Amino acid sequence: MVSAASVPAIGLRDPAWTRRVFWLLAAAVVLWPLLVLAEFKPWILLSPESLKPTLRFLADFFPPRIDAQFLLLVARETWRTVAIATAGLALAIVVAIPTALLSVRILSVSALGGRMATLPALMRVVVRGVLVVLRSVPELIWALVFVRVVGLGPTSGVLAIALTYGGMLGKVYAEILESGEAHATTSLLRNGAGRIQAFFYGLLPTNAAELTSYTVYRWECAIRSSAVLGFVGAGGLGQQIDASMKMFNGAEVSTMLLVFVALVALTDRLSAWLRKALG
Amino acid sequence: MMATERPPAAANDVYRLPPPLFHARCRACWFLLALAVLVAVSFWSLDLQWGRFFSADAAVRMGRFLVELLTPSIDSRFLAKLLPATLETLAMSVVGTLLAAVFGLLLALPASRTYAGDRAVWRPPTRLLLNVLRSVPELMWAVLLLIAAGLGPFAGTLALAIHTTGVLGRLFAEAIENAPEGPGFALRLRGVGEGRVFLYAGLPQVLPQLLSYTLYRWENNIRAAAILGVVGAGGLGQMLAFHLGLFQMAETSSVLAAMLVLVALVDAISFGARRWMTR
Repeated sequence: MVSAASVPAIGLRDPAWTRRVFWLLAAAVVLWPLLVLAEFKPWILLSPESLKPTLRFLADFFPPRIDAQFLLLVARETWRTVAIATAGLALAIVVAIPTALLSVRILSVSALGGRMATLPALMRVVVRGVLVVLRSVPELIWALVFVRVVGLGPTSGVLAIALTYGGMLGKVYAEILESGEAHATTSLLRNGAGRIQAFFYGLLPTNAAELTSYTVYRWECAIRSSAVLGFVGAGGLGQQIDASMKMFNGAEVSTMLLVFVALVALTDRLSAWLRKALG
Repeated sequence: MMATERPPAAANDVYRLPPPLFHARCRACWFLLALAVLVAVSFWSLDLQWGRFFSADAAVRMGRFLVELLTPSIDSRFLAKLLPATLETLAMSVVGTLLAAVFGLLLALPASRTYAGDRAVWRPPTRLLLNVLRSVPELMWAVLLLIAAGLGPFAGTLALAIHTTGVLGRLFAEAIENAPEGPGFALRLRGVGEGRVFLYAGLPQVLPQLLSYTLYRWENNIRAAAILGVVGAGGLGQMLAFHLGLFQMAETSSVLAAMLVLVALVDAISFGARRWMTR
């Protein structure tokens, strides 16, 4: 055993000491202005003028409001949230399938002989560009714009989800189709099959499970975002929570939060089960 | 002399019919049927006003929107207001993500089972907490926090931090559980305490993965931070909601452009950081 006394003093010094101190100081220098910009003042939370309403609101959370009339309303709004997500995703698939088909390189006949011809290559760039624009605007902003144009209601939510998720699905569908085994498809194309035939008999069967599982996963995300879209007036649970928040009705908010968390957990389970079943 | 001549074997089983398209155990058929019903009921139950949406009036308004969106305002006084809001959004995302990384790691420790005999009594309750934090979206947290933290970027930062803590805590816990057990086992065998086992065996192994998850969430959070302001939680979103509400499309367009630039910038930084770390 080596006792502490026999170790020379130099061996006890942390060799990385200066580096550690430098990086800590550098982090502090960078972080300070960010904290100021974000108005990061945790003590606000404990000041009496914000603590009192918060505690009153939180005390109101229990017991949650569970009379039959309110539960019926919550059930209807929950269904609307699911319905907006489902309808939006259905339209998104309608957007995604043709754009994915147009932008998949494997289905290009001219690319079989080496380089793709200029016009089809250009078309693929344009389609991909459109998909980038569609998905880079968040669904909340699409919803805000649509609410301004046609007024409040679920139509804005459905269209917002359709556009953003259409962009995402189109891109990911194309990537999945291109990452799979291309042999069957190119064989079909080389032997004179049409592109639609090559898709249905070569490309789709090899990738169907992955495509479906990604779509189910996106449906789960769409449910969460359709609840959020309610906050800008697109209907569903979000709109109801917003209304109750404005009236400081903690009991109603707590019921709806519980229902929402349960809904998310349920779709989580359902989607995990479906994806496992699809393999 | 000649043995009984057998007929040549047919290439196919001649009399076998193809399987019927539908039979009661065809899981895919039931899945598709349920899906079709869900989509149909969703469209039917929502009072979608396609008529109003695709009316000439809406088309004209939408067209005017788009044309006005193409001419962003570059008035210097407006830009002087836009820059601080952009920085505020950036600060919200950075501070929110950092807080979430710290608290996520703190919650990930009790939420993970690190060795075979670990009783991990805190694992189920911590996982439940992380799931609840994760399943409520950032925007909903922001609305709930407005009462406690007041209008402004602080509420948005906290909302990002809370939601991301749930996400990162879960991911960190998975990473810690999946790390090889060897080094930890060697230390534990010599009677080293749990805290130091994590510091010297667990953390060094998972740190690259934790950093990469944190960067990935930062990319997500910059997108979320940009729109959180729509409910009054500061940053670019607040400006967007304000100018869109007043139909000042030139300003709205500049805000949108700032959002896209900011998101692209953060993506580039995150990509660079990842490259630098894996070099």
